[in-house]
Amino acid sequence: MAIPRFWREIQSRYNLIGTKCGSCGKVDFPPRAVCPTCGRRSVGKMQRIQLAGKGAVVTYTVIHDAPAQFEMQKPYVMAIVQMDEGVRLTSQLIDVKPEHVKIGMKVQATFRKLGQEGDAGVIHYGYKFRPMA
Amino acid sequence: MRDVAIIGVGETEFGELWDRSFRDLGIEAGLKAIQDAKLRSEDIDAVYIGNMSAGKFIDQEHVSALVADYAGLADMHLPTVRVEGGGACGAIALLQARLAIASGMHDIVVVGGAEKMTDVGEVQAAEILSSTADQEWETVFGATFAGLYAMMARRHMYEYGTTREQMAAVAVKNHKNGALNPEAQFQKEITIEMVLQAPWVAEPLGLFDCAPLSDGAAAVVLCEMQKARKFTDTPIRIAGSGQASDFLALHDRRDLTMMDATVVAGKRAFQEARLEPKDVQVAEVHDNFTISEILAIEDLRFVEKGKGGPATADGLTALNGKISVNTSGGLKARGQPVGATGVAQAVEIVRQLRGQGGKRQVVGARRGLTHTLGGTGATAVVHIFERGD
Repeated sequence: MAIPRFWREIQSRYNLIGTKCGSCGKVDFPPRAVCPTCGRRSVGKMQRIQLAGKGAVVTYTVIHDAPAQFEMQKPYVMAIVQMDEGVRLTSQLIDVKPEHVKIGMKVQATFRKLGQEGDAGVIHYGYKFRPMA
Repeated sequence: MRDVAIIGVGETEFGELWDRSFRDLGIEAGLKAIQDAKLRSEDIDAVYIGNMSAGKFIDQEHVSALVADYAGLADMHLPTVRVEGGGACGAIALLQARLAIASGMHDIVVVGGAEKMTDVGEVQAAEILSSTADQEWETVFGATFAGLYAMMARRHMYEYGTTREQMAAVAVKNHKNGALNPEAQFQKEITIEMVLQAPWVAEPLGLFDCAPLSDGAAAVVLCEMQKARKFTDTPIRIAGSGQASDFLALHDRRDLTMMDATVVAGKRAFQEARLEPKDVQVAEVHDNFTISEILAIEDLRFVEKGKGGPATADGLTALNGKISVNTSGGLKARGQPVGATGVAQAVEIVRQLRGQGGKRQVVGARRGLTHTLGGTGATAVVHIFERGD
């Protein structure tokens, strides 16, 4: 992924920045310019908000056939997490054995290395989730 | 809107076809369809091509003009259109071609679908398929296409008690049908045990829960209904079409165990056709993974929500069951050249409705349905077909 392309999104990937609709109060992640519920009424009213980083596992999988970037990590757990703010996102689950992952399990965001551009390129950082301490 | 019918169909064999290029495949399918319709080149008004990612698979864009050129149509200067919509591109091309004829702009349109997937390695091909998911907020974190469907499967198992054996029954049934289809990639039956013992791809999906990477092409000839009767005694009328979209990323969807895009596309198609699911005898649904077929037969209301697993295991969707699903072998056994999928599904339904299903003929098939997905369900297209005689 080109450096500017990753860099543009680091606010959300580092700090879980989303938006809250000034019309209905619904939280979206990543930031949206238009609220999917309110449509045009929300334009110009989408406020930046930082998610608290806590949520629960809605569903998960253990990836065995991995993309080249993630080859060294397999098998690894991916999950859809429902954040306490109501919005859901997709993330790796770490610091837990695949067989111990459960739907409904409480998890929290943590800052980790996601990948890198080849052997000498930039390193990509962002969120992963781990079981709540 | 003018009525539109299919008057010709053609497809290549599907599989890992090392000796065949993208253009070879596209041309073979197109010429077969034109021959089947007994058309002359001069009769054709336009060419529509469904293709997901020739740019990534073979480093070639502008494939609409390419296919028309190598089909010998360059001197006719026809309008050519390439449609992209993830795995649904072939079905969208069919819908757009239908609209072009219904509107009165064209009378006869050739719709092709093609993908050449084996000129890149397997890992790269899987990454290209994943690019129909959200590259910024799903795959960048390590999600794969199979992984996203696996998360739907896991949630379906959790909410409805669906089992791996029931999902395996989808693959077993589709291989059984594929064994009766001389153009299928896999013409070999498999067992539940083989599916369960296959290596994991993304838990709870194993290798045999996933459709293969394939090369192949399919084509149909669409014609205005009155004119269609000059070409054939059995025009297959497009009775209804529906297309719908949804959130691109799986995690944003309202319900992870159903695809709202399928529900809405299905409702729109049935409404236009003034038909109910019970009026359809044969359906080709998007079984890129075993869970996908279970979701499809539920979301199209062939079975009650949550009952897709038991219905499959009980044989309701088997050949000449309550409704025959994926008689071609589906994506699982017939193969999955992505761009060809929506068109190949239509080819199978036309054959069934004409009574040309051979060993896999559905007895008394008068109406059929195709269901095609883009991405993890951010696009769905449903077409309903019926005999026009």
